[in-house]
Amino acid sequence: MPLDRRMLEELGIENVEELFSDIPEKIRIEGIPLPQGKSEMEVIRTVQDMLSKNLTAEQAPCFLGGGIYHHFIPSAVSTITSRSEFLTSYTPYQAEISQGMLQSMFEYQSMISELTAMDVVNSSNYDWSTALGEAATMCHRILPKKTFLVPEAMSWEKRSVLRNYVSGPELNIVEYSYDPYTGEADLEDIRQKMTQDVCGLYIEVPNLFGIIDSRAPLLKKEFPEVPLVVGVNPLSLALVRPPGEYGADIVIGEGQSLGLPMNVGGPLLGLFACTLEHVRKMPGRLIGLTKDNTGRRAFCMTLQTREQHIRRSKATSNICTNEALLAIAVSAYLGMVGSKGLRALARINMRNARSLMQRIDELDGFTSPFFNGAHFNEFVVKTTVRPEKLNKLLLRHGIIGGMPMHRHLPRLNDHMLLTTTEMNSAEDIDRLIVALKEVVQ
Amino acid sequence: MSYRQARYDEPLIFELLGENDFCLMSEDEENVPESMRRETLCLPDLPEREVVRHYVNLSQMNFGVDNGIYPLGSCTMKYNPKYADLLSSLPTVTSVHPCQDEDSLQGALHLMFELEKCLCAISGMDAVTLQPAAGAHGEFTGMLLTKAYHSANNQQRDEVIVPDSAHGTNPASAAMAGYTVVEVPSGPDGCVDLEALKASLSERTAAVMVTNPNTLGLFEKDIGTLAEMVHEAGALLYYDGANLNAIMGMTTPGIMDFDIVHFNLHKTFATPHGGGGPGAGPVGVRKFLEPFLPVPRIVSAEGKYALEFDRIDSIGKVRSLYGNFAVLVRAYAYILAKGGDGLKEVSQKAVLNSNYLKSRVVGTYEMPFAELRKHEFVISARRLAKEKGIHASDIAKALLDRGFMTPTIYFPSLVEEALMIEPTETESKETLDKYAQALLDIANGDPEDIKSAPHNTAVGRVDEVYAAKELILSWRIYQRKQGRGTL
Repeated sequence: MPLDRRMLEELGIENVEELFSDIPEKIRIEGIPLPQGKSEMEVIRTVQDMLSKNLTAEQAPCFLGGGIYHHFIPSAVSTITSRSEFLTSYTPYQAEISQGMLQSMFEYQSMISELTAMDVVNSSNYDWSTALGEAATMCHRILPKKTFLVPEAMSWEKRSVLRNYVSGPELNIVEYSYDPYTGEADLEDIRQKMTQDVCGLYIEVPNLFGIIDSRAPLLKKEFPEVPLVVGVNPLSLALVRPPGEYGADIVIGEGQSLGLPMNVGGPLLGLFACTLEHVRKMPGRLIGLTKDNTGRRAFCMTLQTREQHIRRSKATSNICTNEALLAIAVSAYLGMVGSKGLRALARINMRNARSLMQRIDELDGFTSPFFNGAHFNEFVVKTTVRPEKLNKLLLRHGIIGGMPMHRHLPRLNDHMLLTTTEMNSAEDIDRLIVALKEVVQ
Repeated sequence: MSYRQARYDEPLIFELLGENDFCLMSEDEENVPESMRRETLCLPDLPEREVVRHYVNLSQMNFGVDNGIYPLGSCTMKYNPKYADLLSSLPTVTSVHPCQDEDSLQGALHLMFELEKCLCAISGMDAVTLQPAAGAHGEFTGMLLTKAYHSANNQQRDEVIVPDSAHGTNPASAAMAGYTVVEVPSGPDGCVDLEALKASLSERTAAVMVTNPNTLGLFEKDIGTLAEMVHEAGALLYYDGANLNAIMGMTTPGIMDFDIVHFNLHKTFATPHGGGGPGAGPVGVRKFLEPFLPVPRIVSAEGKYALEFDRIDSIGKVRSLYGNFAVLVRAYAYILAKGGDGLKEVSQKAVLNSNYLKSRVVGTYEMPFAELRKHEFVISARRLAKEKGIHASDIAKALLDRGFMTPTIYFPSLVEEALMIEPTETESKETLDKYAQALLDIANGDPEDIKSAPHNTAVGRVDEVYAAKELILSWRIYQRKQGRGTL
């Protein structure tokens, strides 16, 4: 589309270049070295063709998890998130014209608050790993000491992101070990590492091995002064005790398992909850219930004085753009699935994992599960074939295998994490068993 | 004044009644060990139909670019093309696990590889990481790269300089990375005061963060000298890409001698902002900083794409996996559709629209600093405030009443009663004329009417003080307060 001559004329200029006369000649360029534009039809064809080289979990049964899961998503979730009024809006700075977004975010905060049994939930972080980074620095704001305790059994990505997030306040990350039989946290090791210098203690339920760690509820009793951070797969909270019930100060997690697509790993949804006591030290956006000038119920952003656009270098975080639309998707999902549906889903997930782990254990060449704690929807198996090789062989059978563990924990180099969800049918599991038999032979 | 927003007394989802009709139910036994078992769960149990109605009603009490002009300064709220919606919701995007074997991820890796190249071409940078999830996250990544670079050169540098007109995320990101933030004032021309900058630069300076054009919409024309000064001091020069929409195809951060750049794909590259996110904040760097970029890097060999994890100098990861892939798909599609010339035209139109709209309202509103602006401009309601008691926030609310989204207000703080307006290239002259007329009508309107605005939105002026005092942040807190009778 050509430039609108009428505006040029009103401005009294001949050429739009005149509006760029303030850019010195020395730093001008001729144009962008990219090809000519394409029509919509060509763009769609090009990108579709390019992406068709991806294998989808619809085309091949998927046994990969480790934080991101292939779950069923009711069609109506995208109906809701496709509403232009939500999709194409910005941060609801102008409350009066943004009540839809604000109420939806308040409902999101409320639902995650119910799930985690925490009073306060922010309106999203980027993902679980960055939520962990923010949780560590928040602990340091609550208790200004320098050591943050984390499980050795934690994904390498979280470890790496955490290290970057704590580089500002220069916290030391100290790892505690796990019980080699149960796969749960080693309480004795935590006691040993609990020095005077600890500002926060982090545990995951279920943990990296998919185990519902029964040590978690003991921690606050034993270390009441130390801020406790619990990381969760929120789907498990349909059946598992919520961290708010056992004294968590901060709860984080990955919201993707609540009705969000896998999206090759993004966007994701970082859950972040805390107790009311610590709300002023919290990162991210908060929506509060209030009233308008006529007394009607209304919603607005609140405690903005914690945020970067007001507090600048003294803000609790730099976060501005977040994952708001995904928070709406999660609210819509939880609204449709409900308490009953969520409990049912969690049960099906657990049942499938249990069934698969038993059947693999019957095969030669596998120890399954490798740890004997109680599992949610994934578990570690030890194999006699290197996990990467196993995955390549499974791919030839049209199966997306599990996650090799050695990048997380080098000593688990013959181990892989296998995951089941409600999407893995009995036939999928049969197919995997047949394939594993063949592959190992 | 013909605008009327929907106004429903839409209950909270927790207050709706109905019967759960979700398709999956299970009679399986409870396998969670007793000590870890949950007793009760109180989520709403509603039929799908009621949930859809609830959110559709709520959506009608919201305003997006698809409703009308959204000239929020520095936010680049342009129209979002719909082919991008279609592409980002393909199963080859949504149903792909990021940790699949590379052989089954070739489409995604190829797209990311190509997008990195496009962003290099647009910015004049040598390498790009797509990992950061947002602009501020890109800034934080840039600060981590800065730290890694100086530490590799055995330099102890602990300060980052930002102009007083910088976006709030700049100082916040630098502080998060552990830097002491030094603010330099703007000069009388609204650009960075080079003398003040000179005085602030030292062997302690790690980086200087600059937005060009700056938040006043002014091009920092002395950027050449500025870059020389920064580099002479041994510091890196960081480009805040929030305002990239002003200069595509006309100049680049590369030719301006910046070392690190972040892009806001949800601004310049037309991906929808979703009421706050998701966005994406890729970071571009010069060759000498490439070794420090986050892992994994996408590499290509023998017609295949692969992920490279083992890079000894890398800062590691700033988030899990590869970035907000579904957003990257949208941005890539947009870049393909526009092409090199089309992107240049985008910036030309954005700047033309901005200068045209400005010309229509200057006079009635004051505009400190030079006339010529880039993609956005900042006017002041100072005179109106003094003469009629109409403040920038009143003007904003009165605009809502006319069915227009507001400018960014009270920013940058060096302009009193600031209204920061960025119309973007996707608005027509007719729309700009209406917006200008609304601004003029408000300035000449009945002060009482304006100060009591908005009247036509879902709710009237919202009580922010009550929200901060009561801190009702969840249904749980709400119920507790109701139970105690304190509401």
